[in-house]
Amino acid sequence: MTKPTLSRRGVLKTGAAAGVGLALPTYLSAASHSGFTNAPQGDTVTLGFNVPQSGPYADEGADELRAYQLAVEHLNGEGDGGMMNTFSSQVLEGNGIMGKKVEYVTGDTQTKSDAARASAKSMIEKDGAVMITGGSSSGVAIAVQGLCQEAGVIFMSGLTHSNDTTGKDKKANGFRHFFNGYMSGAALAPVLAAQYGEDRKAYHLTADYTWGWTQQESIAAATEALGWTTVENVLTPLAATDFSSYIAPVLNSGADVLVLNHYGGNMVNSLTNAVQFGLREKMVDGKQFEIVVPLFSRLMARGAGENVKGILGSTNWHWSLQDEASQAFVKSFGTKYGFPPSQAAHTCYVQTLLYADAVARAGSFNPCAVVEALEGFEFDGLGNGPTLYRAEDHQCFKDVLVVRGKENPTSEFDLLEVVEVTPRAQVEYAPDHPMFAGGNLGQCNPGA
Amino acid sequence: MLGLKKHDLSLLIIVAILTMAAPFLLNPFPTESGMAQFNAGYPDLMQKFVIFGIFAIGFNILFGLTGYLSFGHAAFLGVGSYACVWMFKLLGYNVLPGILLSIVVSGLFALLIGVITLRRSGIYFSILTLAFAQMSFALAYSVLSNPKFNLTNGETGLQVYADDPQWFHSDRLPDLPHLFGLSMRATHRMELGAWEFQFNVGYYMCAVIMLLCFYLAIRIFRSPFGLMLRAVKSNQQRMNYTGLNSRPYTLAAFVISGMYAGLAGGLLSAVDPLAGAERMQWTASGEVVLMTILGGAGTLIGPVLGAGLIKYFENIFSKINESVLHGWFGFLPDGLEDFVITLVYPFVGKGWHLTLGVIFMLVVIFLPGGLVEGGQRIGRLFRGKKPSGAAKSATTEPAE
Amino acid sequence: MDAIILQILNGLDKGSAYALIALGLTLIFGTLGVVNFAHGALFMIGAFCSVTLSKLLNLSFETVDPTQKDFLGNPLKVKTPYVESWFGPEVGATIIDWSVPLAILFAIPIMLVIGYVMERGLIKHFYKRPHADQILVTFGLAIVLQEIVKFYFGANPIQTPAPDALSGVANLGGALGLQIAYPIWRLVYIGFSLLLIFGAFAFLQFTTFGMVVRAGMADRETVQLLGIDIDRRFTIMFGLAAAIAGLAGVMYGPINAPNYHMGMDFLVLSFVVVVVGGMGSLPGAVLAGFLLGILEAFASTTWATTTIPGINQIIIYLVAIIVLLTRPRGLMGKKGVMED
Repeated sequence: MTKPTLSRRGVLKTGAAAGVGLALPTYLSAASHSGFTNAPQGDTVTLGFNVPQSGPYADEGADELRAYQLAVEHLNGEGDGGMMNTFSSQVLEGNGIMGKKVEYVTGDTQTKSDAARASAKSMIEKDGAVMITGGSSSGVAIAVQGLCQEAGVIFMSGLTHSNDTTGKDKKANGFRHFFNGYMSGAALAPVLAAQYGEDRKAYHLTADYTWGWTQQESIAAATEALGWTTVENVLTPLAATDFSSYIAPVLNSGADVLVLNHYGGNMVNSLTNAVQFGLREKMVDGKQFEIVVPLFSRLMARGAGENVKGILGSTNWHWSLQDEASQAFVKSFGTKYGFPPSQAAHTCYVQTLLYADAVARAGSFNPCAVVEALEGFEFDGLGNGPTLYRAEDHQCFKDVLVVRGKENPTSEFDLLEVVEVTPRAQVEYAPDHPMFAGGNLGQCNPGA
Repeated sequence: MLGLKKHDLSLLIIVAILTMAAPFLLNPFPTESGMAQFNAGYPDLMQKFVIFGIFAIGFNILFGLTGYLSFGHAAFLGVGSYACVWMFKLLGYNVLPGILLSIVVSGLFALLIGVITLRRSGIYFSILTLAFAQMSFALAYSVLSNPKFNLTNGETGLQVYADDPQWFHSDRLPDLPHLFGLSMRATHRMELGAWEFQFNVGYYMCAVIMLLCFYLAIRIFRSPFGLMLRAVKSNQQRMNYTGLNSRPYTLAAFVISGMYAGLAGGLLSAVDPLAGAERMQWTASGEVVLMTILGGAGTLIGPVLGAGLIKYFENIFSKINESVLHGWFGFLPDGLEDFVITLVYPFVGKGWHLTLGVIFMLVVIFLPGGLVEGGQRIGRLFRGKKPSGAAKSATTEPAE
Repeated sequence: MDAIILQILNGLDKGSAYALIALGLTLIFGTLGVVNFAHGALFMIGAFCSVTLSKLLNLSFETVDPTQKDFLGNPLKVKTPYVESWFGPEVGATIIDWSVPLAILFAIPIMLVIGYVMERGLIKHFYKRPHADQILVTFGLAIVLQEIVKFYFGANPIQTPAPDALSGVANLGGALGLQIAYPIWRLVYIGFSLLLIFGAFAFLQFTTFGMVVRAGMADRETVQLLGIDIDRRFTIMFGLAAAIAGLAGVMYGPINAPNYHMGMDFLVLSFVVVVVGGMGSLPGAVLAGFLLGILEAFASTTWATTTIPGINQIIIYLVAIIVLLTRPRGLMGKKGVMED
């Protein structure tokens, strides 16, 4: 056995530790006097950026990280300031947050709830992060949001689209800027009805996990309200890579619209397969067959290549928006990195600014003060028009974009065109809407 | 003492000292220094070290002794986690019933699967266990989380909601997993000059349990039962010809290692009350295989070392980003700094998988007996001696 | 009827990929006795050969077009591939369009070299080591290979479309009055796989080289005693197995866009296929590949999933369990292989 090695090392280390103990006999218990977890000490404040760096969403995570780095630069007064100049709340001064320089730590969620929580915990326990943000899937967002609630830090979610994040699983310490499945349905359905007619038969392919279900439920409800019928809803395994055996039955099902409730690699493959099977050229009872991808992202559209042309979907934000704020963001992101930001990058950048602003307005890093400052906060100038952080469920309400895959892209980034900006009023819902029922925000938790 | 030989007893004592002093040993660098990035002495990672240590010790009882390579042990880890969270949901946040139930449930599950899979050996056994684990994962991820019968809560992971019954929960008790009122999250921070050390209740509970498991493993390794298991590995056929039925022994080993895995799963939930289905995926099963082989299959301490190494990489190396690198190499002239960072960058942060892959290869190529063999070589180097008999007997050949 | 035929085609299609990877795995196992966990990575590298080729063909020079603007408002840089300027736009575009079939020619030498280097540089040293060590080292290699690909190509899938002429839909049932519209490229894939499989079998069956290799698989020592350098031949077989996996990857690209972890996605399933077929049996691997492919296709139909919820996710594993419990060595396995 390794007794010799171990004891040797053990002796050395214990010796070292004992030496330290003798040399520095001052004993300090660091029980926080400040009344909340990880109160920033000294002249810096640490934020935790928890994004997927390995696994299939790594590219999206990398884009999120770029946005965070940009946001930190802007908060610390470097660079051109980006959306800080267009933000309706002009509290931030470019001197960090409340005069404390912003520092950050990064971690890898691996798009697994366990790994994401482990990474977030290390940020909280080891690095003293006072806020955690990021993520690229709803499972991870909900898992980390729950952790932050328990630990007493703020969670500003990144890309998470499931209704549950601010529904069944909402938490007082968690905030979502991104839109959700219900909003996608509410924004998309009228456009679909207007473009494809009200007499349509839809066939749903749905990723078989919580996000897929809530998305499918939302889209089906919204389209059925406008006269569509749902022929069939088929659940597909998350691990599926080839969707041919799910697509083939669509051919002779009598349906004339295929709705793909998929994201990421699933979406790329199912859309590719659907186009392969000639669905885009198919005619059913004199009607052109159509494919719909309710949640679009430019990064994924890029993975799907030619196949996205003409396909309708919804998105949280797109770089081609012409408002001053979006332009400012695209300019400073594009100048730094050489390509336009994705919607994931946008929501992460905005979340960081919103957090910093809330702290500055509250005058404290205490999570409860931040929660109070964010609840019911009305703002503008962050790329989505006038926006409300609703107090009841910590969900942002703003305009939703309906987009279409561009037929003649001028560059590798120019893949989507905005068809309609659905006004905020149209996507609003009551906090106790059945699709969001069952959750409880609880009390804000300041931790220690 | 404790029914152990002197050699094993000293090993146990060393391990005990190391685990008890881990908060010091794992935080060798001052908090504000650049090297603090490499500190691992914070509660979550220390908990992971000992919990995955338990998982690997248990796996080694099956693989290291009998040579049966299970590719489905993560299923027991997952079942244990779910069982424990269900106890939280039904009874309340005391961890004791949850941990006990996770051992019982995973033991039963292992018995069921073991009876079926142990009818085959070699790679056929491996694939059978893999098949069961993958089925469990697929079902837990989707079918078993449908709204009508929600056993696992699917993608989000099973967690405690405010409207769960929690029959024995009272307002006096912490609203997080606890042991008779002592919260698992309770951490005492001690500052010694530039250093900060964290003493966490959850960690110490897991560490004590790991020591118990380690002790039990030593006893199993040294018992007639353990000898019988080794016989299965070295030549099952000859054993069968002598009229011994080896199946009950392998089944017992399988169930015991399944219970270890379930215990590890229960402890994971106890220190962090959320159980995700990914814990059952084949990659998780593969991870424990890697931990065991990396550390040294068939040795007592090897699996624990392997578990520590892999978790260290996952949690520490993945957090090194470009700005950290600039911090480290900032003292270099600009051109050189950029050059060094380009060189190092692919291996840290998002490239931590790459480093892990390279280490797997290096260890297997140069240290066939895993880290333990590396330790022995260094030990020999220092003492300038040939391997002693004791070292030889403890290191069995890695199994096929 | 139409639906059944469609699903059989889907099954053959999935089965082709399984069978090709499993065939390579079995070749390596049967000849060298090595469990190669990096085989999925070889499949992935094959697919990325075609990504690389299409990148090379699309190497472009930039001209500034002041009439259009890019996203920052600067004049747009229009890219023209060199191929188009050398051979004229028409020919150039055709070459780019046919980049996937061209990639076959590109991939064969690359995969042979990769296979050769892998065997000589690494696997060679692991013949006498336990299977667990082989698994660990090849798994490590697989991680390293896929991380390298991820570093250069990113994590997102990259489309490698089929040539226009082969990317439509063929109506197969016209003559029979059935509605069977099936993607042409998938039919090409099935045909290509069958060709490759028959080629491999014919090579082993009807050439002297193949005969020696088969003799070596049956009794390595005796063949060596006859003064034949069996190691060299086995090395070539490793290269060949790598090439088969690589070609399977190249041709799979247009079906589903390649990404860096596609190898891992196929790895576990391929192992199940090999074991269900029977370790060391080449016909078994092919048979099990197609069988499991077809079963998977049928388990995905609505009829199956409503009868038994979740059957589509577990069917392969369920079949594996049933086969292994009723036929201890898989469908066509030989006695004494990998049982100790």
